[in-house]
Amino acid sequence: MSIRRLFVANRGEIAVRVVRAAQALGITAVQAHSDADGDMLAVRLADEAICIGPAQAAKSYLNVEALITAAKEAECDAVHPGYGFLSENADFAEAVEQAGMIFVGPSAETIRRMGNKAAARAAAQEAGVPVVPGSKGVIETAEAAVAAAREIGYPVMIKASAGGGGRGIRIADSEEELRKLAPQARAEAQAAFGDGALYLERALKTPRHIEVQILGDGQRAVHCYERECSLQRRRQKVWEEAPAACLTSEVREELCRSAVALAESVAYRGAGTLEYLYDEGTGEFFFIEMNTRIQVEHPVTEMVTGIDLVAEMIKVAGGEPLSMAQEDIQLDGHAIEVRVNAEDPSNNFMPFPGVIGKLKIPEIAGLRFDTLLYEGYVIPPFYDSLLGKLIVHGMDRKDALAALTKALQQISIGDVKTTLPLHKALAADPAVQAGQFHTQFLEPWLENRTLTADLEV
Amino acid sequence: MADIRSPIPGTFYRRPSPEDAPYKSEGDAVAVGDVVGLVEVMKSFIEVKSEVVGKVKAFKVENEEPVSAGAVLVELED
Repeated sequence: MSIRRLFVANRGEIAVRVVRAAQALGITAVQAHSDADGDMLAVRLADEAICIGPAQAAKSYLNVEALITAAKEAECDAVHPGYGFLSENADFAEAVEQAGMIFVGPSAETIRRMGNKAAARAAAQEAGVPVVPGSKGVIETAEAAVAAAREIGYPVMIKASAGGGGRGIRIADSEEELRKLAPQARAEAQAAFGDGALYLERALKTPRHIEVQILGDGQRAVHCYERECSLQRRRQKVWEEAPAACLTSEVREELCRSAVALAESVAYRGAGTLEYLYDEGTGEFFFIEMNTRIQVEHPVTEMVTGIDLVAEMIKVAGGEPLSMAQEDIQLDGHAIEVRVNAEDPSNNFMPFPGVIGKLKIPEIAGLRFDTLLYEGYVIPPFYDSLLGKLIVHGMDRKDALAALTKALQQISIGDVKTTLPLHKALAADPAVQAGQFHTQFLEPWLENRTLTADLEV
Repeated sequence: MADIRSPIPGTFYRRPSPEDAPYKSEGDAVAVGDVVGLVEVMKSFIEVKSEVVGKVKAFKVENEEPVSAGAVLVELED
């Protein structure tokens, strides 16, 4: 291992996670923090801490120059970017390397390529990974639209080539509908953009969000199976599971194999996630994007595979080959994670910064709570609202749900409003219990109920 | 004379976006319900509205400065 001193360029629960992983590997953890974060848990746990600037993220956790200067000053030989902030910023990765340190993640070139949607889609297609089918070139006539839709498959979404946002988007379920809607869409596009050219794409009305965890060492890649993260509010995941219970083992194998093919085709190094949309009706999956970093929901994968993803990404960054072969990675049981945010579910998820009162973390077999909390901690208002992630493991999904229900009944975070009541309601919902949900499930579900604030004092 | 205080801790902004003009400037009249600024808290933006009528005497917090809950943002005069 060539890494001896690791600079943690992040905050919150992921900083805690990285500090602990580094220390377990015998590496000295140097924690970066803003003026507002001098008291955070990761600072208390780290071997050393260094202030990188004012509270505002733009002046601290997003300030490349300040971070590099601090890391060099602390004589670190590697930088872990966590998630969010600069974790997928190719310029930051490059700056770290130019300063003579190791960036714990893929190369700047890989981040750039996979961070660009069009380039990532092209890389996926080259590697034989399915993407959401769309028309090639622009469509000028109804006949051309019908021909394209025959290849793409119904339902199709009709968009203006020149348009942006949701303007002029129509969905046709059949050829008959397409023949009716295409001329309307064309006329509208002509009027709105001065260009009547259309673009067709397969419409996925209620897809599931499924993602595959991969690890690579630049030569070889393995997958650590998939997660399902379909329960989302405003495109933020709130509840994640591993594996995705809706997949057959054949589809699972095919999906995970496709992720490894794409990762190896770009010589991926580090931990990464390939996100897909899954159409349960047809059993088809489509690659949408790649995240070239560790993800918030990585613990559910760790719970069902026994792999320490953060340790593995540090070791690979230090120049070691992957420590496991694909056949060493086996699925064991089922895991669920819920995100506990400082938000008031009874008041449209209004942020709720404050001082943490009494903490009661249950001790249940198979429970893990990745958190930034301690009693008396003052939650700063400057960053996101994630307080922790409650993760449970069970023999199967039913067992995991039972463990989650029990954990939610017992956990208590004093004096602040959190999203725990949301998770209690979700865990008790028959559709959620049956695994019957998709990415469009949670928002209408929330509109139909009133959640209590459940303030624990 | 009355003060307008921040309802929540966070970062104070005097403009809806960096390209826009400030909501209010010194000397401007303020009606009940007028927005005088935004407080960003945990990536959400909360509008700060006046509950009284008056005229802006002074801003007590600079644009993009951190504020605590209850901190005086604006001093009003009759």
